[in-house]
Amino acid sequence: MPSTNFLIARTHLLAKKRQTVIAILGVTFGIAMYVLMASVLTGVNKLVDNLAFQATAHVRLYREADVNRTPVLQEVLRGTDTLVSVRHQRPKPERLYLRNASVIVGDLRRLPGVTGVSAQVSTPVFYNYGAVQFNGTMLGVNVFDEDRLFDLRGQMKEGRMESLLANPNSILVGFGLANKMNVHTGDNVTVATPRGVVQVLRVVGVFQSGIGAVDNSRAYTNIGTVQKLLRQDQTYVTDISLKMRDIYGAHTFGGELARRYDVQAEDWQTANASLVASNKIRDIMTYIVSITLLVVAGFGIYNIMSMTVQDKLKDIAILKATGFSGRDIVRIFLLQAITIGLLGSLVGVALGFALSYGVSRIPFNGGGFFAIDHFPVNFNPVFYAIGVGFGVLTTLLAGYFPSKRASLVDPVAILRG
Amino acid sequence: MAILSAQGINKYFYEPEKYRVLTDLSFEVEKGEFLTIVGKSGCGKSTLLYILSTMDTEYEGTLSINGTRLTGLNQTTLAAFRNEHIGFVFQFHFLLPEFSVLENVMLPGLKLGRYGREELEARALEKLRMLDVHEQAHKPASKLSGGQQQRVAIARALINDPTVIMGDEPTGNLDTTNTRVAFALLQDLAHTHGQTIICVTHDQEFAANSDRTIEMSDGRIVSHGHPLSA
Repeated sequence: MPSTNFLIARTHLLAKKRQTVIAILGVTFGIAMYVLMASVLTGVNKLVDNLAFQATAHVRLYREADVNRTPVLQEVLRGTDTLVSVRHQRPKPERLYLRNASVIVGDLRRLPGVTGVSAQVSTPVFYNYGAVQFNGTMLGVNVFDEDRLFDLRGQMKEGRMESLLANPNSILVGFGLANKMNVHTGDNVTVATPRGVVQVLRVVGVFQSGIGAVDNSRAYTNIGTVQKLLRQDQTYVTDISLKMRDIYGAHTFGGELARRYDVQAEDWQTANASLVASNKIRDIMTYIVSITLLVVAGFGIYNIMSMTVQDKLKDIAILKATGFSGRDIVRIFLLQAITIGLLGSLVGVALGFALSYGVSRIPFNGGGFFAIDHFPVNFNPVFYAIGVGFGVLTTLLAGYFPSKRASLVDPVAILRG
Repeated sequence: MAILSAQGINKYFYEPEKYRVLTDLSFEVEKGEFLTIVGKSGCGKSTLLYILSTMDTEYEGTLSINGTRLTGLNQTTLAAFRNEHIGFVFQFHFLLPEFSVLENVMLPGLKLGRYGREELEARALEKLRMLDVHEQAHKPASKLSGGQQQRVAIARALINDPTVIMGDEPTGNLDTTNTRVAFALLQDLAHTHGQTIICVTHDQEFAANSDRTIEMSDGRIVSHGHPLSA
């Protein structure tokens, strides 16, 4: 059987239906907007993260032209009292490849924290299509290694990635690049390296990573094909990409590898600094907007509860005169606040879900950058739990102070008039 | 046996300036006694009644009811004591407008929890019948006439069979017939059921028919009346 205090709270709520409904709607909108904001913004974050990892290794090892080397003159004259000043020093002519690449790859494969390693030869190339040239990048890879890292199989839009192995002079072309050149599986394209080597390659597949910059310029081929194209031997490897279990340890691990093998290392957070930053900004926005919405809803409840208490001063005095204690009065009004909070939150998350679902059905063209056709929405149950929790908590807080004031009402002062 | 004992009661008002409302009041009320308090407006009789009802705790002196010393107890304990032992009828009915007549009468009983809901409902209807308002039991309290509401308020004061029933002009809003009914009821409660009645009143006839009348003037008792035992 419901308690006496509950009966009184229920009667109060039902007696002023309009006021109660308005209070509930205040919470409903606050919570619904919170759910919508959180779902859409984290949906975008998740999309960006996924795309970033589809195209970026956790750590990439490479070599860079060393322009900051010590001048030869200074080394020669070391120990003498000569002041050396070399201006505008040029880099040494050296081949920018990873020495001992096979040793590094072998070492990395044995490390338990590393889940995948792929050795790559990357070179800028021109794709000739009739009289027009498109510049882009050609990546020589072992398709199976590459698949383990970036799910190459899943990216295929046309053809099969294994076809690359059957024909040494074959190529997988990015979706955007294939469209620009109007080529499909089975067509030939002519590729020219910066050094002037020209080769005709057959298109055996088209892939789409979802990131425009990659799809508009990249083509995959066998690692040996690029090595031959560049007139290099089989030890020539320009990049080693790897994925690891602890993605947030990538920065430290990269630094370690760079020192150990005397190479440059780039981790995904550095490579995607702008994406990471925009994710952070969206996260902050989610928090600010959510807290604002909930605080506004809280003030609404505070206002309505204060008005209710003010309206009911005489009733409170009567209840106290007939034997209800201050604690009972607090309970009566807190019960009203909780009811408003709980109903408002539940309707709020339902409305939030409906709105999020609506948004997820809105067609959205990601343009050349993102391969999506609808708004990305993250239907995470955690947001719904937080929504209800926060809704009830805010109403409890907002209801407590007016209730406390109600409990302190002096019945003599009210009833004697 | 004294059911209520007030010793050396002093009371001050501080607004707008310090003013002594009650001066050294000491008296006792016997179990089953029907006591009335009379005096001019502003003599402090209502103030005294609110102190006796335990709602006003800012006074000097000591108050005991039913052998319990109430002075200095905390508000929660006093509320529980009021609920069980004191029935109060205000000058104005003061019913809760959102509740039905029956619910208004039942609420103090639900709070006390001595009886189950059904038994309590039967008792509430019986009290309403004694005051001839039982036909209105399921109407909202706000739909009744002033006189009917006042009678419901009396029924509410009786629901927990309190040790002491206090009234601040309890029949002020009633016509002659209903005043007689209410008076007879109170008298019966005092004499047959041993409940103690303390009423502040302006009604000369009401006072004259009670067992004893305390007369107040300027915050002092000028006449203790003639106790039953005397």
